[in-house]
Amino acid sequence: MFSHIRPAIVLFVLLTLLTGVAYPLAMTGAAQALFPAQANGSLITKNGHIIGSSLIGQNFVGDGYFHGRLSATSGADPTDASKTISSPYNAANSVGSNLGPTSKALLDRVAADTAKLKAENPNALVPAELVTASGSGLDPHISPESALFQVPRIARARGLNEQQLQALIGVHTDGRWLGLLGEPVVNVLALNLALDAVGKP
Amino acid sequence: MTINGWIQILIYFALLTALTRPVGGYLYRVFNGERILLSRPLGWLERGFYRCAGVDSQTEQSWISYTLAMLAFNLVCFVALFLLLLAQGHLPFNPQGFGALTPDLAFNTAISFVTNTNWQSYGGETTMSYGTQMLGLTVHNFVSAATGIGLALALVRGFARRSASTIGNFWVDLTRATLYVLLPISIVAALFLIWQGMPQNLSAYTNALTLEGVKQTIAQGPVASQVAIKMLGTNGGGFFNANAAHPFENPTALSNFLQILLIFLIPAGLTNTFGRMVKSELQGWALYSAMSVLFLVGVATCYWAESQGNPQLTTMGISQPIGNMEGKETRFGVANSTLFATITTDASCGAVNAMHDSFTPLGGLVPMVNMMLGEVIFGGVGAGLYGILLYALIAVFIAGLMVGRTPEYLGKKIEAREIKLTMLAILCLPLSILGFTAVSSVLSQGLAGLANTGPHGFSEMLYAYTSATANNGSAFAGLTANTPFYNVTLGIAMLIGRFAFIVPMMATAGALAAKKYTPPSAGTFPTTGGLFIALLVGVIVIVGGLTFFPAIALGPIVEHLAILTGKAY
Repeated sequence: MFSHIRPAIVLFVLLTLLTGVAYPLAMTGAAQALFPAQANGSLITKNGHIIGSSLIGQNFVGDGYFHGRLSATSGADPTDASKTISSPYNAANSVGSNLGPTSKALLDRVAADTAKLKAENPNALVPAELVTASGSGLDPHISPESALFQVPRIARARGLNEQQLQALIGVHTDGRWLGLLGEPVVNVLALNLALDAVGKP
Repeated sequence: MTINGWIQILIYFALLTALTRPVGGYLYRVFNGERILLSRPLGWLERGFYRCAGVDSQTEQSWISYTLAMLAFNLVCFVALFLLLLAQGHLPFNPQGFGALTPDLAFNTAISFVTNTNWQSYGGETTMSYGTQMLGLTVHNFVSAATGIGLALALVRGFARRSASTIGNFWVDLTRATLYVLLPISIVAALFLIWQGMPQNLSAYTNALTLEGVKQTIAQGPVASQVAIKMLGTNGGGFFNANAAHPFENPTALSNFLQILLIFLIPAGLTNTFGRMVKSELQGWALYSAMSVLFLVGVATCYWAESQGNPQLTTMGISQPIGNMEGKETRFGVANSTLFATITTDASCGAVNAMHDSFTPLGGLVPMVNMMLGEVIFGGVGAGLYGILLYALIAVFIAGLMVGRTPEYLGKKIEAREIKLTMLAILCLPLSILGFTAVSSVLSQGLAGLANTGPHGFSEMLYAYTSATANNGSAFAGLTANTPFYNVTLGIAMLIGRFAFIVPMMATAGALAAKKYTPPSAGTFPTTGGLFIALLVGVIVIVGGLTFFPAIALGPIVEHLAILTGKAY
């Protein structure tokens, strides 16, 4: 055993220098040179301010904006830092709801949200994406059906006609990669930015 | 289920199968010491490492010496990582100013990364500094994977050699696996992932003011370099708490596809390396076929179950055209979430791109069963191969019993000593999984961690000890596991699952190497045909799985019946 101690320590130190220092720092350098936008978090700036990342969802609540998935993230209570409170789309603490399929808390939450959404658009079935929490709590996307479901509310809030909004959703729908991989999605932040460009709420 | 979903799954499987032989050939050449493309740029580094460490690369080790070297190295790894986590507050690359981990969390995390488990009691972006992610987690992702590859090669050498007393040199296997296999593939994969949108920076978290005027702090960091090896080394410990569900840790469908390909790449390739080492690639393809059958059955079951959606949501008038979306990301949908869940638990990876805790009862059963079978469906890098080879020994032993003949595998007579050692290794899994689950389900410290009640709560505990013992690392993550009770018991389960399996396995390797070659005769059971593959699958399911049936019945199966009758907890 003792004859193994020297190679164990020496190789551990050398491999640490190689894989824990040289490799990540070289990757950081290469990333900053080759793909600076992605490497720094795909940030979006507007009028010189960072308004978010194209990959990270935001907690849209206003009637005039498209809303994203439910988010189960939490954060420190601003009035009492020892407590945590619900803080949707907290991008410094990603987490899913982790509610099981037979959880009463899940079913109650879905029932409450469904009632609200049905009042908003009684003519369509409520899409699953709008009443379920995403895995990360930061999902930047919704399905095209979930965007279309919200059209009547936004049309009312902004005084726009529904066809115009449907066309906007069509433009901002990203299909599967090569028509094969993934699912068709709408980036909520990008869609809302486009919405603001059409007319203020 | 949709046609498109199945096409995605089949494209994945076809590409994996196509890559198995080239990867297997490359691994064979690397570990056989042949000249490869990278010998010129990296050979000097390899020789320099040996010189500094005082290792003679030409000298081989007995199984005992090889095992002791591996244990010594792992002990150094554990101590170094444990101390690093305790000293985090004083170390560089810590823009968020994270302090030390609690001792129990540091103990759990250090064991977790050394055993290639990567169970996440820690919270990624809320606990770990960039320095820890690079110097700690990334390093152990490399070396624990390299350790697994070395152990698998040692066992295969046991089969391939005749009347031999040595089974390779641990230091050489460790160094070559890191330099020529893990590092180059990780570099290419990391660049691809960055191109797809994964961050790679050392800046502090970004403060944004959202479109609606709310402050949003966006966690950043050297993500891609950690994630590339996290998948390739079947480690699975997330840079972020939400792991590969986090849009920064898995931005697109394409990054998702690459990540699941990385998980199976080396385990699949090693089946072919094994075939080449025992001079019959068909032997490797037989193992590949058995693994593939179990993989495809798993993914079909999981995909089907999740596609049904949650029946209780259907009765509320919710449209679930693609299935159960609680805990899943829109860009992955149900097909890619269930494919990922099956792959990550077949291999002992444990990364997740959807929350398994929110899967339907039968959808969540599949990951659990995959782990209970001992992580041999491709399995962890190296660990999958040595695991399934032990099952192969049991399979030929049972076949031998049926015809009343001394079993042989790859020209080696399988005798009482090997079977005893093999069973010792395999039985430590149910002992740890069922033992710890039973204990935690009667202790208040165990029950305190549950997020869900009823049968799903039991499943959370069962999943946790299964994942830890199988060195997987995924979770029914509602369980609050960052408590002294869970950190310590799960840590012990991880140690049992790794080392109580490895030591008897290595003793088997030594015993096999010493045996002389027995040429196949008319009575030898052929181990390349469909009969052997079917027998092997049967042994894995019956020997590996049946032990757990009563526990599964109390968790997912009861919950499935409950959901059908509209019960909630």
